[in-house]
Amino acid sequence: MAMTRQHTEHSAARSGLFNCHGCSLLVRRMSAAGRGHVRCPRCGAPLHIRKPNSVVRTWALLIAAIIFYIPANLLPVTITTYLGSTQSDTIMSGVIFFMQTGSWGIAVIIFVASIVVPIAKLIVLAGLLLSIQRRSRWRPEERTFLYRVTELVGRWSMLDVFVVTVLVALVRLGYLTTIEAGPGIVYFAAVVVITMIAAMTFDPRLIWDAMEKNDESPVR
Amino acid sequence: MMQTLIACHECDLLHRAQPLPENSKARCRRCGALLYVHFPKTIERSLALAITGLVLLIIANIYPFLSLESQGTILETTLITGTIILSEQSMAGVAMLVLLTSMLIPSLLLGALVYVLWPMKLGHRLPAHRRVFRLALALRPWSMTEIFFLGILVSVVKLAKMATIIPGTALFSFLALVFVLAAVNTFLVPITIWEKMDSWR
Repeated sequence: MAMTRQHTEHSAARSGLFNCHGCSLLVRRMSAAGRGHVRCPRCGAPLHIRKPNSVVRTWALLIAAIIFYIPANLLPVTITTYLGSTQSDTIMSGVIFFMQTGSWGIAVIIFVASIVVPIAKLIVLAGLLLSIQRRSRWRPEERTFLYRVTELVGRWSMLDVFVVTVLVALVRLGYLTTIEAGPGIVYFAAVVVITMIAAMTFDPRLIWDAMEKNDESPVR
Repeated sequence: MMQTLIACHECDLLHRAQPLPENSKARCRRCGALLYVHFPKTIERSLALAITGLVLLIIANIYPFLSLESQGTILETTLITGTIILSEQSMAGVAMLVLLTSMLIPSLLLGALVYVLWPMKLGHRLPAHRRVFRLALALRPWSMTEIFFLGILVSVVKLAKMATIIPGTALFSFLALVFVLAAVNTFLVPITIWEKMDSWR
C-alpha cells in the first residue's frame, strides 16, 4: 500500500488532542491540566493520550498468563469415571482423543483454539512489547495488523472452557459414566481472561510513536 | 469540539472525516484500521436486534437446552445446568465466568442497548444513558455466545458415540441469539449514536 503524504501526517497526540477510548471524541488538551483525571465531555470515560502504563501492565499480565499456562496444560481438565475406573484428560490428551476417534476437524479446532492461539498470543504480545521498548521502526503496519488479529482471535480460546462445561452438564452422577471438571480448566480459564485483558491494556499507538519521533521525512 | 477530525484508534493518525456512501467503511490510511462505517438506520436496526435478542434469551432460559438419552433414560439440561454443576464441583470461579460470558453479559449488553436506543428513537433520554452506552460498548468482547455454541457442537461430537443427544427448543433459540448478537456488532455504529447524543445538547 503506497503511503501518500499530501495531508499533515500528524497524530492526535502531537496535535495536543485526546482521542477518547469510549467514544472517539477528540478533546483539546488543556495545557494547565494537572494530575487529576480528565474525563471525556461526551461519554465520561477517563481521557489518556496513551493507555496508562501500557507496557508495564501488559508485561505483568503476560507473565502471569505464562505462569498459569503451565498448570493449565499439565493438570487434567476433565476426569471421566466409567464403571469405577477413572481417566484424567489434559487439554492435549483431549485433542489426541479426537484424532484417534477420527474427528480430525474437531481435533484441529481444539488444537488451534486451546494451544496455538494462546501460545501465539503470548509470543506476539511479548514481541510487540519488546519492539516498542527498543523503539523499533520495523514494519509498523504489519505489527499493528498482528496486534489486531491477536485481539480478535484471543476470545476463541474460551472454547475448551465451554466444552468442559457442557460435558459436565450432560454426563453426570447416577449414570454409568460421569465427567467431572479438573483443576486444569481453572488455570486455563485464567490464561484466557488474563491474555484478553493484556491485549486490551496494550496500546498499538506506541508502535507508531517510534515512527514519528524526529521524523519529518518518510523513511523507506 | 472538532467533529470533522477523527483519530485512528490503533495508530493515532488524524484524519479529516468525510461523509461516506451508505454501507461503506473508512480505513486508516497509515495502518489500515477501521476508522468508521456508515450503515443507515443504525438506531432502528440495533434496537430491533437488541429486543429480538432479549426475547431469544428468555426462550433459551425457559425451555430444555440439550437432552442426553442413554440406556433408556433421558437426562434433560437447561442453559445454566453446566454452571450449576461446575459450582457444585467447587469450580465457582469457572462457573461464574461461563455464566457471565454465555448469559449475563449478553443480557446486560442487549438490555443496555434497549435502555439507550429505545428512548433515543422516541426522542427521550433516560438518566445515565451515556454511561450505560459506554458500558454496553465495553461489554462487547466479553459476550461469547458464538464460542459457547461451538463448544456445544464439540461436546456433542465427543458424546455422539456413547449416547444420543436431543436438541431442545432453547438450543435453537440460542443459535438464533448467536446470529442476532453478530448482527448487533455489525449494525451498531457507536459514532453515529454518540453524535446523535451530542445533537441534543
